[in-house]
Amino acid sequence: MHPLAFERWSAGETRHHQLDARVKLLAALGLLLVIAWTGRSSAAAFGGYFLLLTSFLWAARIPLAGSLLRTFMVLPFVAGVVILNLWGGDPARAILTMARGMFSAYTAIALLSTTPFPALMRGLERLRVPPFLIMVLHFVYRYLFLLTNQAQDMLRARRCRAPEPRRRSRFWSASAGAVAILFARGYNRAERIHHAMLARGFESHFPVMHARQTPSADWWWLAGVLVLMAAIHVAARTWPL
Amino acid sequence: MEPLIQVRNLHYSYPDGTPALRGVNFELWPAETVAVLGANGSGKTTFLLHLLGLVGGKSEGDVTVRGLAVEKKNLTKIRRMIGMLFQDSDDQLFMPTVEEDVAFGPLNMGLAPAEVERRVRQSLRQVGMEHVGSRPPYHLSAGEKRRVALAGVLAMSPEMILLDEPSTFLDPPARSSLVEILRSLPQAQCLVTHDLTLARQLASRAVYFEKGEITLQGGVDDVIAQAGWEAPDGRRSGVLR
Repeated sequence: MHPLAFERWSAGETRHHQLDARVKLLAALGLLLVIAWTGRSSAAAFGGYFLLLTSFLWAARIPLAGSLLRTFMVLPFVAGVVILNLWGGDPARAILTMARGMFSAYTAIALLSTTPFPALMRGLERLRVPPFLIMVLHFVYRYLFLLTNQAQDMLRARRCRAPEPRRRSRFWSASAGAVAILFARGYNRAERIHHAMLARGFESHFPVMHARQTPSADWWWLAGVLVLMAAIHVAARTWPL
Repeated sequence: MEPLIQVRNLHYSYPDGTPALRGVNFELWPAETVAVLGANGSGKTTFLLHLLGLVGGKSEGDVTVRGLAVEKKNLTKIRRMIGMLFQDSDDQLFMPTVEEDVAFGPLNMGLAPAEVERRVRQSLRQVGMEHVGSRPPYHLSAGEKRRVALAGVLAMSPEMILLDEPSTFLDPPARSSLVEILRSLPQAQCLVTHDLTLARQLASRAVYFEKGEITLQGGVDDVIAQAGWEAPDGRRSGVLR
């Protein structure tokens, strides 16, 4: 999954992109909760969630195939639980776990592809998420690119000097050394960043530049989406498959 | 007339006991640009960090900025007076958008939002980067990043600017553009560089660091010649090898 795809998608200018980030965050949180509550008896609700998310992405002009493909990124994380369920002779639970995981990923994709990262961070800030947590998220995102580039450079340099490692053990010891160096470089960079922050007057608090008012239409949108989610969930429970 | 920065007999050792600065004496006067030359590891960057109180551990000697001793109780004032452009712009640009990054310093100074916005616009215009305000800094070229980092410094309206290898990673057009911008600034500048052409273009005098000491000082050409940094065939060398 390349984060640049989300950056490109989130730069759109549809009504869905322009919704306040807080509203989208709360809608995503609501949907994640109902997905978590959806059990075997209300499995039909997944069809409703699929329609809801797909219509949102379609209206925001986000490539549907690309979005759906990216939901598979969650599979390695749920694989363990799915295998255990299958091992325990409960394939229905395995499918339910996988569905919950993939729909949660689909929800996150819908949020990330319509909300630029800076707006997302501002939204979290305005939802009173602890500033320290936001700062960590922010730095992870900001410096992930740099660390990835550094890791790629080191890999290239290693390949230049050892195109075909003769012994597997040597390959692993070289990789472990590279990870250690990357960690040390990351630590040094963190120190330099901290110096740069202090030099511009940082005193353990991230100041905010804009404090935009949320249009009331955005809150109505949130209310509508939450009601729709609840309706899907209740309907699926009332008329199970 | 008083010097803006005065350093008297500054000694400093790294936490492992390695001496980094040994009896440094230095002055920076209003409106002048001083080139700080010296081999890698000669203590130039450590010296700059000392001026902002960014070096931990024990040091001896006197460092004053506009008469204020560089010590904890004065650091907020001192960091408002001195702006520093770091060697790697990626260390300096950490906010989600260019505008927010440039606003980081002024907001930390406690300025009103309207004044912050005015300063952000003005400093981005000063470095010719007003068109990238809403973009994330990590998608900019090296030259653009350097100019945005400089805008972040200028937005704090410092009285003096410390520049740590400002021409590193820049291609010739970006370098020329940076030279023009730096030349146009009224502030006193302390320029750490290996780029002799840059030192000649910007500085009126130079000091030469060797193993933590200033061993030479005077006109830029004289210091370069005495340090033996001139090309062997007598031509003016561009960058120190």
